[in-house]
Amino acid sequence: MRITCPLCGERDRREFNVKGAALDRPGEGADQDAWHSYVNLRQNPAGVLAELWYHEMGCGSWLTVTRNTVTHEVLKVELASETTLGGAA
Amino acid sequence: MRFSGWRVLKEGLTGNKGWGPHWRDPEPKREYDVVIIGGGGHGLATAYYLAAEHGMTNIAVLEKGYLGGGNVGRNTTIVRANYYLPGNSEFYSHSLRLWESLEQELNYNAMMSQRGILNLYHNDGQRDAAVRRGNSIINQGDDAELLDREGVRKLAPYLNFDNNRFPIMGALLQRRAGTARHDAVAWGFARGADMRGVDLIQNCEVTGIDIEGGKVTGVQTARGPIRAKKVALAAAGRSGQVAAMAGLTLPIESHVLQAFVSEGVKPLIDQVITFAEGHLYISQSDKGGLVFGSYLDFYSSYAARGNLPMVEHTMETCVAMVPAVSKARLLRSWGGIMDMTPDGSPIIDHAPIEGLYLNCGWCYGGFKATPGSGNAYAHLIATDRPHGAATRFKLDRFRTGYGLMDEEGTGAQHNLH
Repeated sequence: MRITCPLCGERDRREFNVKGAALDRPGEGADQDAWHSYVNLRQNPAGVLAELWYHEMGCGSWLTVTRNTVTHEVLKVELASETTLGGAA
Repeated sequence: MRFSGWRVLKEGLTGNKGWGPHWRDPEPKREYDVVIIGGGGHGLATAYYLAAEHGMTNIAVLEKGYLGGGNVGRNTTIVRANYYLPGNSEFYSHSLRLWESLEQELNYNAMMSQRGILNLYHNDGQRDAAVRRGNSIINQGDDAELLDREGVRKLAPYLNFDNNRFPIMGALLQRRAGTARHDAVAWGFARGADMRGVDLIQNCEVTGIDIEGGKVTGVQTARGPIRAKKVALAAAGRSGQVAAMAGLTLPIESHVLQAFVSEGVKPLIDQVITFAEGHLYISQSDKGGLVFGSYLDFYSSYAARGNLPMVEHTMETCVAMVPAVSKARLLRSWGGIMDMTPDGSPIIDHAPIEGLYLNCGWCYGGFKATPGSGNAYAHLIATDRPHGAATRFKLDRFRTGYGLMDEEGTGAQHNLH
């Protein structure tokens, strides 16, 4: 698996750490169910999934990587700072 | 058909022409008392114990492929009961006791081999943890022995004792642990369930779960609708998709775990051995292949194959522990789809829908749990009360935070196990 970092170009999977599904974080005052859903529950799709990856051995950016979990094909890589997924609601 | 030494001898002398199929290939009936989704180790064991211990025989096991074609056919065959936390400890203890009498119970050779497991430790902190874990295991009623360096050397002289970063100081030994023939376990349970009247239906993918008024009424399958009073999930890495048919979202991520086997070599590794660095575990199959693995790849995957960085890590760690292995050729590698929960412990519980039951979240430890899981799940399905050895595998522990079983101590959170 190779990931094309928007800043560094195509790099080996070894340079990256995966955080997991990119989800909207509940906002201030959200109830327990919202936090349970965010922390624990997963759609866990067999198919397209948006994830947060960290380019640890490269530029140190957080990336939103859209990937197919069945084929391991990387469909899209964006800087997480330029997407809304994974941020606070 | 009963297996016996006499029968094997007789068949051997008469050309092995008397063996028949081990189970029927029935057409699905229109209605069952219990439908089990998933014909792997856990699903088949559940059907067997429902029939054998609870007298329920109007049961179907629905399998989308062939029996035992999922994780029960793709693991590294290790059986042990060396867990530490209450909840896991009594459950795996129960499961190991079932393993010990499994072959007699099933009249089937599962090649159960109690060859022992050595969990190596490399520093004082790991030694303290091993002592504590060992005491916990002994208190549970199972066996554990602390070995020093020389004790380990007597059992496994080929290990690299002088590795500069990870010198071997000793090991925690459980002699009753070992390995079993993974496929045979599935086949033995399948045969035992079939003999008691359970319908094992292959090539029968479930495509929907019928719910009326908050109660399960049956399933839709590739071979037509089947009505059922109770529907029980045992779909391992595919649990999320099956649960979604009932409108449920589970606290599960499916990950890939790779396993490896070398070419066959002469007897070298007598026990199961784990390295406390890099999560490596290794044993030797009866055919001579060295069977080993280490970490998950750590990203969500349904591919049943992994990537090269974890292959590289596993090989490096294996050679660091057993330098002689560097001369062996790798024969093949494969991946299994692991249903990972946030705390690394499983779920055997009612679903929040009447008549629907959950058995999932076995992470990378489902094989050793096979008889215990089937036994406890059958108890839950038959009586609607949790089995005494599986009272803590609750679904709502993630919501409440109460009763989490984070065996590794890394934090009860996805991607940390």
